[in-house]
Amino acid sequence: MNRDLRPPLAARDRPGAYVAPPMSDFQASFAAALALIAAGDPALGAIVGLSLRVSLFALGLAALVGLPLGALLAVARFPGRRVVIVGLNALMGLPPVVAGLVIYLLLSRSGPFGDFGLLFTPSAMIIAQAVLIAPILASLTREVLEAMWEEYREQFLSFGVSSWRAVPTLLRDGRLALVTVMLAGFGRASAEVGAVMVVGGNIEGFTRVMTTAIALETSKGDLPLALGLGMVLMAIVLAVNGAAQVLRDRGARLAG
Amino acid sequence: MRADPALLPLHVEGLAFAAGGVAILQDVGFCLEAGAPTLLIGPNGAGKSTLLRLLHGLLPPTSGRITWAAPPEVARARQAMVFQRPVMLRRSTLANVAFPLKLAGMSLAERRARAFAVLAEFGLAGLADRPARRLSGGEQQRVALARAAAMAPAVLFLDEPSANLDPAATRAVEDIVAAVAARGTKVVMTTHDLGQARRLAGDILFLHRGRVIEHAPAARFFAAPAAPEAAAFLKGELI
Repeated sequence: MNRDLRPPLAARDRPGAYVAPPMSDFQASFAAALALIAAGDPALGAIVGLSLRVSLFALGLAALVGLPLGALLAVARFPGRRVVIVGLNALMGLPPVVAGLVIYLLLSRSGPFGDFGLLFTPSAMIIAQAVLIAPILASLTREVLEAMWEEYREQFLSFGVSSWRAVPTLLRDGRLALVTVMLAGFGRASAEVGAVMVVGGNIEGFTRVMTTAIALETSKGDLPLALGLGMVLMAIVLAVNGAAQVLRDRGARLAG
Repeated sequence: MRADPALLPLHVEGLAFAAGGVAILQDVGFCLEAGAPTLLIGPNGAGKSTLLRLLHGLLPPTSGRITWAAPPEVARARQAMVFQRPVMLRRSTLANVAFPLKLAGMSLAERRARAFAVLAEFGLAGLADRPARRLSGGEQQRVALARAAAMAPAVLFLDEPSANLDPAATRAVEDIVAAVAARGTKVVMTTHDLGQARRLAGDILFLHRGRVIEHAPAARFFAAPAAPEAAAFLKGELI
């Protein structure tokens, strides 16, 4: 086992963290994980921070493309529209490793964007996750806003609002439903391991995020660290969903 | 806030509309003058709502001509329409009324002031900050009317504005319609409520099976309808 790949963990050396009354693996790991989190391990913190940064930037990037694209698809009527919608829906199931592989090929030294030297950097991970979740955002946005457009269309036509000009209004009026859409995208980005593993390389202290660390530590047998990371990941997802719910409730009172 | 009379008279000639090969309106011709409201009445499926949408330009006619006294784009910009089910944006009542004014290029302060003034005029000022979609059906319909009135249209189309409303709400809606008409806006509306037609109409367009059978001043129409179908309809017979 290569010790160098393991993050320095203060809690690992503390007496008592592992030496406890006989417990099952899960219980022991659980207790050790809690100790790790409580100790505020800096390596753990760095991994969590990078995970959040990558997934949030990817969400922002994907939203910039996905939300307007979804809104346009909701209002536009053109030949081939159904084909585009079916294609987007299919891309929602894009396997993360495949998204990672495509970005890998594009960013690798011999690829078309190789000169930027982005492969195995957090930027590459952001791009890969954005590619992964943009179709999800676009497809769900299309579905949510199409129902709204169905209701608004005639009145907007009467106001003299073209379909194009309706897009910002729909995005604004649909903001509560779009929070859920964004959550779906964030959930997918923060939970995936394949894309960031392929384009990031899981380099310690540089491109190691929660999911890749969990995969690595599990395969190395360091179950407490893996479990601790897993618990942090779930706590973050829970906190984000809770915050979104508060946002929606407040918005619903204002917008009706 | 004065309506420009130059949109009218409106000439309609040989108007027809078909959807999916089914003729909904055919050979429709009439002339609307400025003045008191024109009420479109007739049995369900006569084509009243379709005719309103054709006049407003929401549907393209299959054939025939709709000629306003003003150029088409001027005419289009000076019309408004309120639908049977009011369409409220997911915003406050005030923002709903201000929304079309923004499209007309008014500044934020200007359109808020205008929207509030119109709400106050129709006794809706108390609703200004409420989320529009949380209002009752009757309140929503009155807000929709206020929104249309705020645009100061020369012509206002109303598609059964008080269908599904109770008598009190219907009365409130009719009061607004009368006030808008008194301001010089030409109101063109459909209704299935004959009492409402008697209360509001200056003239009546009677539709039956996709054709305009009779166009007459309201008093004359209700006293002595010329078409036998209209006479039967007024007597409450099923035609």
